Amino acid sequence: MNRFAYQEARLGESETFVSRDRNVKIYDGDQKTEFADGEVVLTTHRLFWGRPGEIARAAVTLCLPLSYVVSLSEETTASNFFGRKTRIIMHLRPPNPNKAPGPLDTSRAAHIKLSGKNGLSVEFHSALRETLSARVWEISLASETIVRGAESVANVSDRLARIQKRTGIGGIERNLEAKAKATDENIALAFQDLSVLMAMAKDMVGLSKNISSKIREQKGEISDDETVRFKSYLLSLGIDDPVTRDNFTSNTAYFNSLAQQICEMLLDPIEEHGGMMSLADVYCRVNRARGFELLSPEDLLHACEQLNGPIKLRRFPSGAMVLQLESQDDELIAIDTSEKVREAESLAVEELAKQLGISLLLAKERLLVAERLGKVCRDESVEGLRFYANLLLFRDID
Amino acid sequence: MAEFQWPWEYTFPPFFTLQPHEETRQKQFKVWTDLFLKYLKHNNKFTLGINDQTSPLFCNESINRRLSPEFIQLILEQLQQTGHAAPLDKKRQEWQVYWHTLEEYGNMVYDWIQETGQTNSICTLYEIASGENTTQLEFHDVDEAVLLNALRLLEEKGKCELIEMDGSYGAKFF
Repeated sequence: MNRFAYQEARLGESETFVSRDRNVKIYDGDQKTEFADGEVVLTTHRLFWGRPGEIARAAVTLCLPLSYVVSLSEETTASNFFGRKTRIIMHLRPPNPNKAPGPLDTSRAAHIKLSGKNGLSVEFHSALRETLSARVWEISLASETIVRGAESVANVSDRLARIQKRTGIGGIERNLEAKAKATDENIALAFQDLSVLMAMAKDMVGLSKNISSKIREQKGEISDDETVRFKSYLLSLGIDDPVTRDNFTSNTAYFNSLAQQICEMLLDPIEEHGGMMSLADVYCRVNRARGFELLSPEDLLHACEQLNGPIKLRRFPSGAMVLQLESQDDELIAIDTSEKVREAESLAVEELAKQLGISLLLAKERLLVAERLGKVCRDESVEGLRFYANLLLFRDID
Repeated sequence: MAEFQWPWEYTFPPFFTLQPHEETRQKQFKVWTDLFLKYLKHNNKFTLGINDQTSPLFCNESINRRLSPEFIQLILEQLQQTGHAAPLDKKRQEWQVYWHTLEEYGNMVYDWIQETGQTNSICTLYEIASGENTTQLEFHDVDEAVLLNALRLLEEKGKCELIEMDGSYGAKFF
């Protein structure tokens, strides 16, 4: 346990997050310690242990550089009450003489154990194993030593390499071999990343669900600041916990809460898009945000019909359907559109769509709304449909 | 004869498209019906063929817009409602269009007859429409077919009697 040091839980340069687990207890040798029910975070370089929430706050926590680890083993305990669980045993090198102070610096044990109420998760275990075998920390350490001093060593090896390269066909072959090896390593590394990611995915989803439920209950365990930050993370990922049919017994309740969620999610985008969004766009956006829990078009439509907040479903006489801001009434659209038409003298549907950056469908509906209110009039000819300011009615007034 | 003064709408492309907006459409019809009557009066014409696509009335070459036959039909039906037009054939392709309604023409002729003391005498249609005595009057140069219809209306009211002589008509006023 004397290899641990007190350090801030911040990632160093070229260090990345690998995996985490909760409810973890550390054993100093075979002795239990006070470090129980904590959170463990594994990075490419180090292992952190902190009380719940400490690591997320980047507070000072226990930190074990992975370079200390000689090997891993595991022991399985059988308890009468809880069934079997697995502990990880980490065998460690002797401590570095100028190590920063840590807990239990007087300890003599050469190994620690990680254990949890139900043992450690399989994902964490495999991630730890793979990280140790990848030895990423050595790469940066090696490069640091070269930079720091031993220039002479670098020079010698450099010269050696140059001599080796020059020697004819052998050199070329060696070159090719080296290239192939590098490619091989790259591929291996890439797949390794992927498997770690897969192991983390489930964890991440669980974590986000857990925290979003905490946020909802407002238990006060999380500070406001963190809530806001976490929410923004979740939002950038999509919806934190999508409303699914399984959670509801009746269709009405399901559609109602679905509508609620759609409304919250689309309020800002719709405002940005000038107050109107076609149902096709809505469908794409909602399902993009939901990720896996995809909605059927029917469900979406039913949910939209339930909308009765700041956004409403609107069916145009042409049959086109859009979600529209309540505040966005026809009068405003018509005035706005006729302004545009007046500035351009005449506008075709495509031109308006291009100008406003909206779909053809919406542009046409805008013009038709303006026409229905008599603000613009149409011109149908062999050149296509165009709209003009309604001079027939309003020329005298201008 | 002076150049015909087209209204500004004549160069406004949407003017040639039937407008779906109710109020706009009514305004549009009003301008069109006025234009029809003014144009025909200016050229002293009393008949229109819907399929006469070359007429400048239906077609503004400068902005490349023309009235569709359906639209012309609608305008003529509007004129018919106010008594300024009547179809000449069953297919409603040829129309008679007049500046004043038949009743107005009839009354004007009857007033003139009374003023000039020609009651109980017989006038030919030619005398009324093209005679030297009527050059200053509104109904001078009126199409004889239109005049005949106007007089038929008078006849129904018992103010005159039409007499047919060798394919041409005369009228006796009471």
